[in-house]
Amino acid sequence: MNVAVAKIESGRALSEAFAEARDRLPGIGQVLDTRQLAFDSYARRGLPHRRIEDWKYTDLRVLMREVLPQAAAPDQAALDAARRALTAQTIDGVRRLVLVNGYFVPQLSDLGDLEKGLAIGTLRELLERGAWPSLDRLIVTDVANPEAAQDKPDPMIALNAAMMTDGVMIEVASGARLARPLHIVHVACGHAPAAMFTRSALRVGKGAVATLIESFIAAENAATYQVHDATMMLVDADARLDHIRMVEDSRDAFNISSAAVGLGAKAHFNTFSLTTGGGVSRHQMFIECAGEGSRIETSGVNLLNGRQHADTTMFLDHAVPNCSSREIFRSVLDDRGHSVFQGRIIVRPKAQKTDAKMMVRALLLSDEAEADNKPELEIFADDVTCGHGATTGSLDESLLFYLRARGLSEKEAQALLIQAFVGEAIEQIASDALREHVIGAAQRWLAARG
Amino acid sequence: MPLLEVKNLHVRVEEREILHGLSLVVNKGEVHAIMGPNGSGKSTLSHVIAGKPGYEVTGGEVLFNGENLLEMPPDERAAKGVFLAFQYPVEIPGVATMTFLRTALNAQRKARGESEFSTPAFLKKVREVASRLNIPQDMLRRGVNVGFSGGEKKRNEILQMALFEPSLCILDEMDSGLDIDALRVAADGVNALRSPDRAMVVITHYQRLLNYIVPDFVHVMSKGRVVKSGGKELALQLEADGYAQFEDVAA
Repeated sequence: MNVAVAKIESGRALSEAFAEARDRLPGIGQVLDTRQLAFDSYARRGLPHRRIEDWKYTDLRVLMREVLPQAAAPDQAALDAARRALTAQTIDGVRRLVLVNGYFVPQLSDLGDLEKGLAIGTLRELLERGAWPSLDRLIVTDVANPEAAQDKPDPMIALNAAMMTDGVMIEVASGARLARPLHIVHVACGHAPAAMFTRSALRVGKGAVATLIESFIAAENAATYQVHDATMMLVDADARLDHIRMVEDSRDAFNISSAAVGLGAKAHFNTFSLTTGGGVSRHQMFIECAGEGSRIETSGVNLLNGRQHADTTMFLDHAVPNCSSREIFRSVLDDRGHSVFQGRIIVRPKAQKTDAKMMVRALLLSDEAEADNKPELEIFADDVTCGHGATTGSLDESLLFYLRARGLSEKEAQALLIQAFVGEAIEQIASDALREHVIGAAQRWLAARG
Repeated sequence: MPLLEVKNLHVRVEEREILHGLSLVVNKGEVHAIMGPNGSGKSTLSHVIAGKPGYEVTGGEVLFNGENLLEMPPDERAAKGVFLAFQYPVEIPGVATMTFLRTALNAQRKARGESEFSTPAFLKKVREVASRLNIPQDMLRRGVNVGFSGGEKKRNEILQMALFEPSLCILDEMDSGLDIDALRVAADGVNALRSPDRAMVVITHYQRLLNYIVPDFVHVMSKGRVVKSGGKELALQLEADGYAQFEDVAA
């Protein structure tokens, strides 16, 4: 599988590379054809670049240049390294599901004593049976941009579909209330530069309750790598899903992740994302309210320094009436850190009584840091409450002086104000334990500033 | 050795000189009042002593226990015992008052090589001081000064003063924005902290505050200098005659 699905312009070389890779990827029958379709869709456009509006601030042709060859299945040394990395990443009381170099590893995962109503499988099994994951319609349909058919799906989602090897497939049956959060951990520990193509899916049945955490980490001394991930979440009527994402990749890693979320009537979806790691990361989330009365809270914090680049792109589609959404994002940027936030909310003609608010704020700690915030509201209904705002600024000198006059050093004073700045987003996390976990990660970032 | 010695201090803000050779000596146990009209440089003096950025000292020196205060960052001055009660205490949303107090107290103790307070010991101390100052517990649960009235903000300053136990307290226009009842409460808090080991510099516009915090010395500032010094009776004279008589002296 050591084939780079690389080059952008030279269509033929790319096709040949894929043809060779395809035969070694898991899947038979329909899967092969769908992979080919997905690949063709990607190959027509190649890596997205700045002239594509949705990727304007994250030009992968400049930042990433090529897609690395697919990672090999982990050997014993890689598994040992992954095990060590996981020890440092433990969250108490969760059910851990581990992917190493893009391959599900049962022996590192916690598959025992499954609660009633919980079923866990792998993407690989599904593909090898010739079945394409049914939830895929969510991702293949670009919910936010139906008129631009030639742009569908997003090229990086198409690439993920063409190349995906493994992932976790989770079903929570109607009415089941999972007490233990599910924790998917992606561990990178390759000896050579490589890419991982993973796709996971979670369906929370009617009236069910679940929490999903996704972490991205690297073992010590992992070679540079690329994460190409997709997560599909379906929250049925009256169900609730809490979702937390933590990008703690190594500093030279690429993380290109997409999520598609479909919400049934009166579903409740709360998602939070923290990015402290990775060199270049993009998290694009497509949320579609398909049933009336659903409630969405999306929030996130980017803490970046060095030359880190993190892009959060949210597409929120209010297609039906009486749904509410809140988006609260904060970025803290030091050195030459670059944060991108794009949030598009569409309120369709039928979506009366929509209540949608989006607020994004960036804090620049250095003259060379950059924040690009692009909140967008497209409203086609006339009886709605919608608002958005964006601010970019530096720490307030008068607050800093007050704290320093009380004995705090410059770094301590900054740390306290930064924590307050990101606090409003972190407070959106419902679980006390998980909120504390995220606060701990943010504090480690602050402490590392010295 | 005096606790605070300001010698011939010249200070500029951008292109404008605000203090033109100000001198002041404050010993332990003394309470000094600095009075003067708007723009005479009273607040500038307090800011320069506390280390607020944006002021350029072009001449003179400020010694604290004989050490050059102007070379120290603001946090080091705080740890050495300099406390400025702000005229307008800032609101810091998202920073819990208790977190702020504990971080500040422990930062000062650490800088002095003292052991940090444990959480229970700290809580006990804050509760003790707060009840002495009639500060309700719910004020401590809010963000720093967030939603506080003018009087509550000033009480919060005095609470910090009581907690940090500084040797020099500078009270910058403590009476501004306070009604007479709030003023009395604040003044009682300050008076409780008077001690032979501690000096206070009370900066004020009006004589009224000095009915409650009775000074040992009164200095009149005009146009960036101390133009007259005297005992507490000087404040009463000012109240009767106004500042106009001193403007000529400074000119």
